[in-house]
Amino acid sequence: MDFFHALADPDNTFLKLALAVGLLSSIAFGIIGTYVVTRRISYLAGAVSHCVLGGIGGALWLKAIFNLEWLDPVYGALLAALVAAFIVGRFGHNPGQREETMIGATWAIGMALGIIFIDLTPGYFDITSYLFGDILLVSSQDLKLIIALDLIIILFVTSCYHQLLAVCFDEEFARLRGLNVELFYQLLLALTAVTVVLLIRVVGIVMVVAMLTLPAAAASLYANRLSGMMLLAIFLSAISIVSGLGLSYNANLSSGPVIILFAGALYFLMAGWKKLYK
Amino acid sequence: MNRKPPIIKITDLDFSYHEHPVLEAVNLEIEKGELGSIVGPNGGGKTTLLKLILGLLQPDRGRIEIFGESPEKGRQKIGYMPQHAHLDPLFPVSVLNVVLMGQLGKQSGGLFGGYPRQALETARAALNEVGLSDCEKDSFHQLSGGQRQRVLIARALCTEPQLLLLDEPTANIDPRSEENLYETLVRLNRRMTILLVSHDLGFVSQVVKSVICVNRQVIIHPTSNINGTLIKEIYGGDFNLVRHDHRCDKDGHHPNKPAV
Repeated sequence: MDFFHALADPDNTFLKLALAVGLLSSIAFGIIGTYVVTRRISYLAGAVSHCVLGGIGGALWLKAIFNLEWLDPVYGALLAALVAAFIVGRFGHNPGQREETMIGATWAIGMALGIIFIDLTPGYFDITSYLFGDILLVSSQDLKLIIALDLIIILFVTSCYHQLLAVCFDEEFARLRGLNVELFYQLLLALTAVTVVLLIRVVGIVMVVAMLTLPAAAASLYANRLSGMMLLAIFLSAISIVSGLGLSYNANLSSGPVIILFAGALYFLMAGWKKLYK
Repeated sequence: MNRKPPIIKITDLDFSYHEHPVLEAVNLEIEKGELGSIVGPNGGGKTTLLKLILGLLQPDRGRIEIFGESPEKGRQKIGYMPQHAHLDPLFPVSVLNVVLMGQLGKQSGGLFGGYPRQALETARAALNEVGLSDCEKDSFHQLSGGQRQRVLIARALCTEPQLLLLDEPTANIDPRSEENLYETLVRLNRRMTILLVSHDLGFVSQVVKSVICVNRQVIIHPTSNINGTLIKEIYGGDFNLVRHDHRCDKDGHHPNKPAV
């Protein structure tokens, strides 16, 4: 197996780095994905992830026009994701006010702005790795950021487990008990936004929502507790990423789509199994 | 005589959705110890009245006092059971954790962390009250409709309320669980005030002390006054009686009701 030989090769650090990033990002995918699925905000997460392109385009343009060497596109991506999360969280969560239209508009405008900024930026820029991800391009800087993200997520979720559970299970009741439902909701969306930005390295803008939802949705079919759903989703996500990375390396395919295919196949297998045998 | 302030006091209240009047000129006082049923046709404003009492909706005009305070403050003393239809039926959560949600906001701030030991005791006592002590480790999504409703009543009890508000606790449950539910309510009424929304007038006249009729206007009647004329008045004549099937319901279920 080329993949395992390459992993064992002490000189081949980029593959080890990719594997480490993949495994560590499973933690963020599994935990945040569980909230995205149970709180039913995958459409919101989709809007946030597509707005990221606007931020990347804007940052590239500013960098080229004003010679801002320090301006990494990831800063633009983070800003765009957080702004988009705030907009859809603040205005896209108003039952009966056609929130889907609002979310869809944010989705499309964010992406369109990104493409226009990239058109305006002098020189050639290939956005394929942002759109579809390329886990083999990750740096040790990415690894540090993902470790920090995992730690923040784990800290937040362990300290507010019951409060988040109440907000996701029955928002109205949580509000009546005096919980600041809006604050928890915005925090959850902000964490979703940061997760999306850091993890587009792995599967890209277009498919990052699939990695947030497929492992968690498959886990929800078998889990009886939110915490169990998180652990199972982390496990399924790790399996998809490691298998996807291995197969794409061996077969010389793009890593993002192969990872997504593994996650999708797992989801349908598990859903089918449940239908047949449970 | 030292008369205590009423638990709920609504004065000259109007409420409308998008300029469409739902409640008009409502005056209502609920005294401590009441066991009242809120009845009326669909769209008559029953759930709206509950949400106004809970401070989830704001009146266009008039005042609402809950335990002598604004609904936002007074609602801390209210245990509320919503209809469970709006909950995700697949949500992975244990029965005990659902009931424990009633204790949120009880600890200092309630913003972070887990539950203290005493919260666990309160939750178990509430489960015992609705007869579901053996189910605390079960998953909410594995329960029947009637059991879920009882879990949500336990969650409301777990808030240690002085007023219990139940939105259609008799919807979708079988006659035997319904009987158990009435016994539970009568027992609970010895220590707290209870208001429930119910479609079942047969039950209403047997257990509750008064009927609160909501059909744009709100009129409170002692149950001893319930008769055919009143039912017609509540539901707006024979046409609605037939449409809502209440006459049949009343006569058909009457002999099966427990004598209380």
